[in-house]
Amino acid sequence: MSVNGRVSGSNGRLSSSKMKSWKGNESLHVSNSSTTCRWKLFLFWVFGVVFIGSVWFIFSSFNSKHLSNESACEKSTETLLQRYNVSRKQLHALVSLFSGSDQILSNCIDERRLQMLLSSGIINTPPQSVCPKNHELQKERRYVAEFIEQCPILDDFVHTRLGLSFPWKTYVTLDSPLLSNWLNVLFCGKVLLGPYWNYTINLSSLVKGCCWVLIGIILFHKLCGFCLLRKSQKQKKVVKKHPAAQQKRIQHSMHGHSKASGRWRKKLLVIFLLFGIFGSGCLFWYMSSDIAQRRVEMLATMCDERARMLQDQFNVSMNHVHALAILVSTFHHGKHPSAVDQNIFGKYTESSAFERPLTSGVAYALKVLHSDRVHFEKQHGWTIKNMEAENEALVQDCIPENLDPAPIQDEYAPVIFAQETVSHIVSIDMMSGKEDRENILRARASGKGVLTSPFKLLKSNHLGVVLTFAVYNSELPPDATPDQRIEATAGYLGASYDVPSLVDKLLHQLASKQTIVVNVYDTTNASAPITMYGTDVIDTGLLHISGLDFGDPLRKHEMHCRFKHRPRLPWTPIYVSVGVFAITFLLGHIFHAAINQIAKVEDDYRQMRELLVRAEAADVAKSQFLATVSHEIRTPMNGVLGMLQMLMDTDLDDSQMDFAQTAHTSGKDLISVINEVLYQAKIEAGKLELETVAFHPQAILDEVLSLFSEKANEKGIELAVYASNQVPQVVIGDPKRFRQIIANLVGNSLKFTHDKGHVFVSIHLAKEVKNPLDITDAVLREGLMNQDISERTCNNTLSGFPVGNRWKSWENFKKLKLMDESETIQLLVTVEDTGIGIPTDAQSRIFTPFMQADSSTSRTYGGTGIGLSISKCLVDLMGGEIGFVSEPKIGSTFSFTGNFRKGETKSLDEKWQQKYNPFVSEFRCLKALVIDRRKIRAAVTRYHLQRLGMSVDVNSSLQAACFCLSDTCKSSMSKQLAMILIDKDSWDNECSILYAIKKQRQNGIKEDTLNFPKIFLLANDLSHSERNELKSAGIIDDILMKPLWLSVLIQYYREKVFKLENLLIQKRILVVDDNAVNRKVAEGVLRKYGAVVTCVDGGKAALKMLKPPHNFDACFMDLQMPEMDGFEVTRQIRYMENEVNEKITGGEALAEMFGNVSYWHIPILAMTADVTQSSNEECKKCGMDDYVSKPFEEDQLYMAVTRVFNFGS
Amino acid sequence: MNRLLSFLFHQGVLDEQFLQLQQLQDETSPNFVSEVVNIYFHESEKLLRNLRALLMERELMDYKKMGIDLNQLMGSSSSIGAKRVTNVCVAFRVATEQNNRVGCFRALEMLEHEYCYLKNKLHELFQIEQQRDLAAGVRYPVQN
Repeated sequence: MSVNGRVSGSNGRLSSSKMKSWKGNESLHVSNSSTTCRWKLFLFWVFGVVFIGSVWFIFSSFNSKHLSNESACEKSTETLLQRYNVSRKQLHALVSLFSGSDQILSNCIDERRLQMLLSSGIINTPPQSVCPKNHELQKERRYVAEFIEQCPILDDFVHTRLGLSFPWKTYVTLDSPLLSNWLNVLFCGKVLLGPYWNYTINLSSLVKGCCWVLIGIILFHKLCGFCLLRKSQKQKKVVKKHPAAQQKRIQHSMHGHSKASGRWRKKLLVIFLLFGIFGSGCLFWYMSSDIAQRRVEMLATMCDERARMLQDQFNVSMNHVHALAILVSTFHHGKHPSAVDQNIFGKYTESSAFERPLTSGVAYALKVLHSDRVHFEKQHGWTIKNMEAENEALVQDCIPENLDPAPIQDEYAPVIFAQETVSHIVSIDMMSGKEDRENILRARASGKGVLTSPFKLLKSNHLGVVLTFAVYNSELPPDATPDQRIEATAGYLGASYDVPSLVDKLLHQLASKQTIVVNVYDTTNASAPITMYGTDVIDTGLLHISGLDFGDPLRKHEMHCRFKHRPRLPWTPIYVSVGVFAITFLLGHIFHAAINQIAKVEDDYRQMRELLVRAEAADVAKSQFLATVSHEIRTPMNGVLGMLQMLMDTDLDDSQMDFAQTAHTSGKDLISVINEVLYQAKIEAGKLELETVAFHPQAILDEVLSLFSEKANEKGIELAVYASNQVPQVVIGDPKRFRQIIANLVGNSLKFTHDKGHVFVSIHLAKEVKNPLDITDAVLREGLMNQDISERTCNNTLSGFPVGNRWKSWENFKKLKLMDESETIQLLVTVEDTGIGIPTDAQSRIFTPFMQADSSTSRTYGGTGIGLSISKCLVDLMGGEIGFVSEPKIGSTFSFTGNFRKGETKSLDEKWQQKYNPFVSEFRCLKALVIDRRKIRAAVTRYHLQRLGMSVDVNSSLQAACFCLSDTCKSSMSKQLAMILIDKDSWDNECSILYAIKKQRQNGIKEDTLNFPKIFLLANDLSHSERNELKSAGIIDDILMKPLWLSVLIQYYREKVFKLENLLIQKRILVVDDNAVNRKVAEGVLRKYGAVVTCVDGGKAALKMLKPPHNFDACFMDLQMPEMDGFEVTRQIRYMENEVNEKITGGEALAEMFGNVSYWHIPILAMTADVTQSSNEECKKCGMDDYVSKPFEEDQLYMAVTRVFNFGS
Repeated sequence: MNRLLSFLFHQGVLDEQFLQLQQLQDETSPNFVSEVVNIYFHESEKLLRNLRALLMERELMDYKKMGIDLNQLMGSSSSIGAKRVTNVCVAFRVATEQNNRVGCFRALEMLEHEYCYLKNKLHELFQIEQQRDLAAGVRYPVQN
């Protein structure tokens, strides 16, 4: 076991050292990697170590358990043996006593053994369980045993046995736990020492081997994978780090590295294989030697056991013979006349023969001196006979009568008493036999039993020995000298032992007698041992010799044990080692395959990298080519365009001009295409970065609308925009790109829509469409309803034509559902058209650059097909998605999302408010009524009006509108309806009602012209004549041309509702300008708005005119005038005014003198060509109220005038 | 006529200011545009003459005076929407500010060229208008 442990230990060490080498290699790889990787590695190692440790621990504990068990057993047996010498006799006496008294030779060996062990356990109570009672018990037992020996009387047996059994029982009952402990220990020791032990060793070593192999496999694979991973990462890093120029060198080095590592792996594999072969050899050697050792041990154990048994039995018999000798001395010599005669002796010996199972017979010979021979012969009536000189003859026929009388000698030892079995030797002189004589002499000198060398016994013809005891006729002191003993000798008691039968009997009692061959030798003469028992020797390899002590110091006996058969081939180690070898070989094969695979993968990887590099280079080359070529084309194109421009400036006739213009337009188209290509290349190169600017998404829509409105009008397509009211006013993002995407989509839609239908752009928040069930937005709801209704010819679309299902267009958006952050806003823009649609088979490649739905498309519609691709790129940049749904002949709907951040409403509104706020504030509290059959269109109109701050009602028919109208007429001013917007579709259908309205209106005019709501017609495209016709009917105030957007609306309203006329009508205005043309223009403009204009051409004239009192309401002053510029004039005017004002307040002059005005301040507006901040401030400084840019801009003029007059009044 | 107008617009000779001018013309002032344009021509010719005279003075060029004249011309040009004349004026003024005599000459030449071109075209325009007015007997309706 310990050897095994060492082997496995070395195995563990080996694998760990292997691991170390791995680790070392690993650390090389790891050195470059990040800490996380290191951590991973570390964790992996920890795991590995823990796993190995646990496995190791399990096995070591298993081993140690066995070891401890074994050692415990050994210890116990040792202790047993130590005390055995002392107690052996008693023990055997006890055993034989038991078996003898019960008249049963205990056949059950195990039971006897158990008893033996138990009793030895009892006798050898371990010191830790110190129990005085035990000691007493022991003493008692010894005493009892001695007593038995000394008093071998039949009657006493029962008593002693009873007496013995009593303390035994008590002891058992008292110390049963202790006993059971011992029992357990012994049993387990025995059990483990048995064949099971062998099996366990094999099993555990097998299991262990398998485990190690498994761990090895796992580790190897893990590490291989890890190595590869690390290496690839490293390579990747390296590749990333270095520019393409160094690629080759690095690859080369990579190649070298991988090759080196491959070689290294192969070396490792060879080492591993060698180790496996060596290991399996070691295992075989170890296991077979283990088996051989165990065989030797087994033989030794069995042999010793047999020898001991034989010896014990022999000794027991000898004791009985001794006892018989004492009996004879007591009753034959001690009593006078003798109490024993041949009859009694024969009977007694016959009946007590069971006590000497090994003796074939006993006989008593009396010591007769030569002087007493005659007397003796007379007394017994027979002559002392001589033993046969030749033993063979004696053996042949042993009739005492045939024997010759003994020759004359010093003394004789005639047998007087003999057991029945050997009664034929009565009267034979024992001294005449050479062996017997020696025996007798030694016996009487030593006082102990002596043995003859083996000889053929009389009659039985068996090999046997004769045991002789001397019988003394008087008490002898224990330290009597041999002479004294010889003197006191009265006779001799001899017992013949039949050795073969003895040994046979013994062996029959023992288990596994078949497996071993036993030979017993008398080795008193070492050079020529005499075989006492056993057949001829067949050499089967192993031999064990145990010494036998039959109590005669002069004689030496040995027992030779051999196995009957030669050891079989050790199949188990062969199997195991072959298995280990096979496993190693298989593993080697696997690793070899893995290494090859790794090499192959590395090779492939390298190839891939090369290909990737080449592909990337090709891509870069493509982009560069595109950029270069585009640029190269653009440069000459500029020349072409410029020259064309100049050509057109020259005098050309009509057809020439036409050609030139066509060429120019084509050139411009070409430039735009090139720009698109460049743009695409730029995006692909990732050079495009998004701005983060605050902007109004609604304004973007307006811009797109204004951009395309003309084109849409030309084609007769209705173009509309709509933004949900949940879309914030300001978001932060890239307005240019946002607009570009929308413009691309709208341009596309317009391109593919012919003469009918609409293009509809709408913005919603992405979260609005998350849940279709609670949608408040009108447009979305209509879209949803469209989805439900199977026939889509219903009128719920903008223009009444069926459209694609807009809900489907964003169905596939993944981020739509995910986005739920408060900071970011996801806008969903939908562009819906009623165009030709995209063929189903072309829908998959619609976003691929330069790919149009059909190659004929570009011929029909022009364009590069790059717009959608650019849009997709931009949408991706914005973190959004783009999708579409399209049905041929019905139309397409494109949707995209974009992520923006919420913007501060204030950040952008300065400009915005400056531009629109005056109007918005005026619209704020107005109410409007929109009459439209189509809900979406109405919603769009409402959206635009609401942006102006108006509150809007929507009605589907004029009928309802009429009620509203009449209500309005009657109701109070506060709830007044400011305007009614009627769609042209409704208009055509409901003339009669309109007529009624007309009448009502005419009535209304009489009552209150101003407060009657103004009626507008919403129309898409109307010719002039139609327009005039409608206007002349007198029903409507004006016609609003669609598409509507904020600035258009404002313009309309400013023109039609809140004209400058309202402000300027009947105002007297002085225009001061030295430039006649400017003067004339300004006069014309102002007069157009109903002002009464007076013009002067210089500052002095102006001063004259403006000297209070005067009746001008305002003055427009040019700043740059000869002689006296505008600033100076203003200053002087203000000076004059101040004087007058002071006079009035000071009471020096009455207000009446100055036209009943208590405070003079004429609004002066500067007219300037350059509206800069500095001139603006200068204007303010010298007392001007405001300024207008010189070519009058209506908006600005309006605002300035509004401010001035509001301030003035 | 529309074509001529759009052509002029395309060339950048005129800008939207001219359209505004046209819009100002209505029943109350039927010949407003032509009146203004006539005044413009009158003034401009005077100014151009001035400028040429100033440039011709060999020594001591009065750039400041030229600047004032140019301002006048520029203002009136922009008022009627003569875009290209205005642009040339801007260039001219830059030249005077830099006291660049050669530049001034070149600019003056260009200005005169542009001016003549504008004058021709506008005359053409008015002629067509008059012809049409005569032919139709009605006034050309205001666009939009």
